[in-house]
Amino acid sequence: MTATTALQAEKVTPRHRVRRISDKTIQTAFILPTMVLLILWNIFPLFYSLYLSFTEYSVISGAPPRWVGFENYRNVLSDPLIWKYFALTGRFALLSVGLQTIIGFAMAMIVRAKFRGSGFITTLILIPMMLSPVVVGKFWAMIYNPTFGPLNYLLGMPPPRGPDWLANPEFALWSVVLVDVWMWSPFVMLLCLSGLKAIPEYLYEAAAIDRASAWFQFWRITLPQVAPLLMIAILFRTIEAFKQFDVVMGLTGGGPGDATELIAVKLYRIAFLGRFDTGIASAFAYIVLIIIIAISNLYIRYLNRLRGEA
Amino acid sequence: MSKKLHLLVVFALLIGLVGAFAQPATAQQPVKELTILWAEWDPAVYLAELMKDYEKEAGVKVTVKQEPWGSFLDVVSKEWAAKGTAFDLVVGDSQWLGQAATQGHYVELTDFLKETGLADSVTAATLTYYAEYPTGSGRYWAFPTEGDANGWAYRKDLFEDPDEKAAFKEKYGYELDVPKTWAQLMDIAKFFTRPEENLYGVAIYTQKDYDAITMGVQNVMFSYGADWKDANNNVLGVVNSPEAIAAVEFYRELWTCCAPPGSSNIFFPEVNNYFISGQIAMGMNYFAFFPALANPATNPYADVTGYFAMPAGPTGLRFAALGGQGMSINAYLPPERIEAAKELIKWFGREDVQMKWALLGGYTCNKKVLASPEFLEVAPYNAAFAETMEMVKDFWNVPVYADLLEVAQRELHAYIVGGEGDAKTCMDKIAQEHDKILRAAGLIKEPAKSE
Repeated sequence: MTATTALQAEKVTPRHRVRRISDKTIQTAFILPTMVLLILWNIFPLFYSLYLSFTEYSVISGAPPRWVGFENYRNVLSDPLIWKYFALTGRFALLSVGLQTIIGFAMAMIVRAKFRGSGFITTLILIPMMLSPVVVGKFWAMIYNPTFGPLNYLLGMPPPRGPDWLANPEFALWSVVLVDVWMWSPFVMLLCLSGLKAIPEYLYEAAAIDRASAWFQFWRITLPQVAPLLMIAILFRTIEAFKQFDVVMGLTGGGPGDATELIAVKLYRIAFLGRFDTGIASAFAYIVLIIIIAISNLYIRYLNRLRGEA
Repeated sequence: MSKKLHLLVVFALLIGLVGAFAQPATAQQPVKELTILWAEWDPAVYLAELMKDYEKEAGVKVTVKQEPWGSFLDVVSKEWAAKGTAFDLVVGDSQWLGQAATQGHYVELTDFLKETGLADSVTAATLTYYAEYPTGSGRYWAFPTEGDANGWAYRKDLFEDPDEKAAFKEKYGYELDVPKTWAQLMDIAKFFTRPEENLYGVAIYTQKDYDAITMGVQNVMFSYGADWKDANNNVLGVVNSPEAIAAVEFYRELWTCCAPPGSSNIFFPEVNNYFISGQIAMGMNYFAFFPALANPATNPYADVTGYFAMPAGPTGLRFAALGGQGMSINAYLPPERIEAAKELIKWFGREDVQMKWALLGGYTCNKKVLASPEFLEVAPYNAAFAETMEMVKDFWNVPVYADLLEVAQRELHAYIVGGEGDAKTCMDKIAQEHDKILRAAGLIKEPAKSE
């Protein structure tokens, strides 16, 4: 081999190496870090907590997990208090999501019409959902305060006549619902608004030519066209309602007694706050997950049916 | 050939990396810094100030790391779970003792405290509640650091007003003064409850989240002769004794009649806020939060604020719910850091250091310092504090304390704030659930007896 040929060979070698890295390899190299992170932060905890849900284990005890089979699930499902809190959460979700749907849709119908300052008003309406839920909870606790809070004044019941909303077991859940509705109706409005704006104008024109009433147009055009997006909003809000924690802790701490003890709050008490019953908390979390998946499936099936019809 | 060479280079690099990150096998270095973890509040600031002296004396820099109260337990627990060494010492709550001792998070300090004489330097009650587990075993896991308990602040301007005094005497037949009994406290609270003037008799703990309402109720319960357990840990017939039921009824009446509307989920900051805003005549709080009331910059009534210890129950018994913390050593430290931490505690327990700790604003547990005139006079609430520390009592500190606490919080809050059911039903429920939890944890050995 002459010196020139050797030099040429050296020059060629790196290019050959570069060529050897295929598109597939580059693709893998880019995806790999994300996959590793996903596995470490999402997939592994998911399966590890599934394993822990079958063990007697406290994360701070220093003792290794002890396999107990379905005992944790039995304990959770046979606890009458847990069922009480599930029922309470269901009631909260029904009230809260129901009101959010009605109010959110109504607000979308209002701001859909272009009028002077409608953009500004839409932005103002969206502010609550941009706030931190804990701040919202603390803020509303002050609004509800019967001594200095403005709510009782606005209702014409200045102190000492006004009720203590958060101390009364009858009113406490409604108080939390009201705050959740105030905070998240704008989210429903936003989704509905995008649905409303996507409805072709010719549908209304055709209906008008056929002399269809406003109610008929709403019932036969507006609602069916917005329904898929409305269902997505309801799905998201229902999932969130089952996970509601921050606002409750900021407002009532689950009280009075356990009048607002939603399942997420109860789960927090089992998993942390000195108890650290990690095994039971994991089983409880999986039960909640299964319920949320079941409800979501029902929604999605209904949504697909709606789409099919559309 | 070149491939082999590359492999060798990679291997050599790996060896180098491992070597760089491996612990050097050199002799133990002297410890030059230590970290104490505590909650974010004034006493932690005083402790940080005091530790500057230790740096001067021993050449060891001590950092007092503060965590907000809301996340303090979470931070400590995470460190326990990870067997971490982010802190060398922790000034932990008395209720954590059982969990920390049985699960091996704290270094046992029994021999150390006895040999150094530190065990004898503090009051018996603080040694029992801040350091000992199991109670009565003589095994210690902490050095009593910040003594604390519930007491009362009151508006002297209202209590000493001649018109108020005359009106009170006419209505109740005795002089308006600092209440000696809970019954008198109720009278005074009712007397000063004037919603039309936005003035209320008391602010008392009602918060449900962690332990507030239970701590508040305990003050009355213990003074009424009730308790959470008997000598054998039995709870049935104890937690729901007639005395306990009467105490809980009293607490509900006090809150219903005389606390500001809206105080349905309050703890120490809110009590102080009600006092500072002039809305209450008397406020129940931990002594550790009274410095804010004695400070004219934060309390416009500072000059007319007085303090008193818990009043007596119907039979003359007097008790106060214990707060406060002991300083413990993290069990996951290497031996040289454990020794350095012990040296720090030894220094901190010295009488002259304890006196400085007290003068800075810390609540010493040192017997001699507590009785000294300097301590009693340095702050307006210290006399009431010294009196209180002779009559403190605490909730459970066993490993399942959090389970017991959750039940007490839920049921007490439901009855006192929510008005659900009656006091007997409330205490019956607590007794039954406590019995179940304690039996499952093996803390009650005796077979269940019918009540």
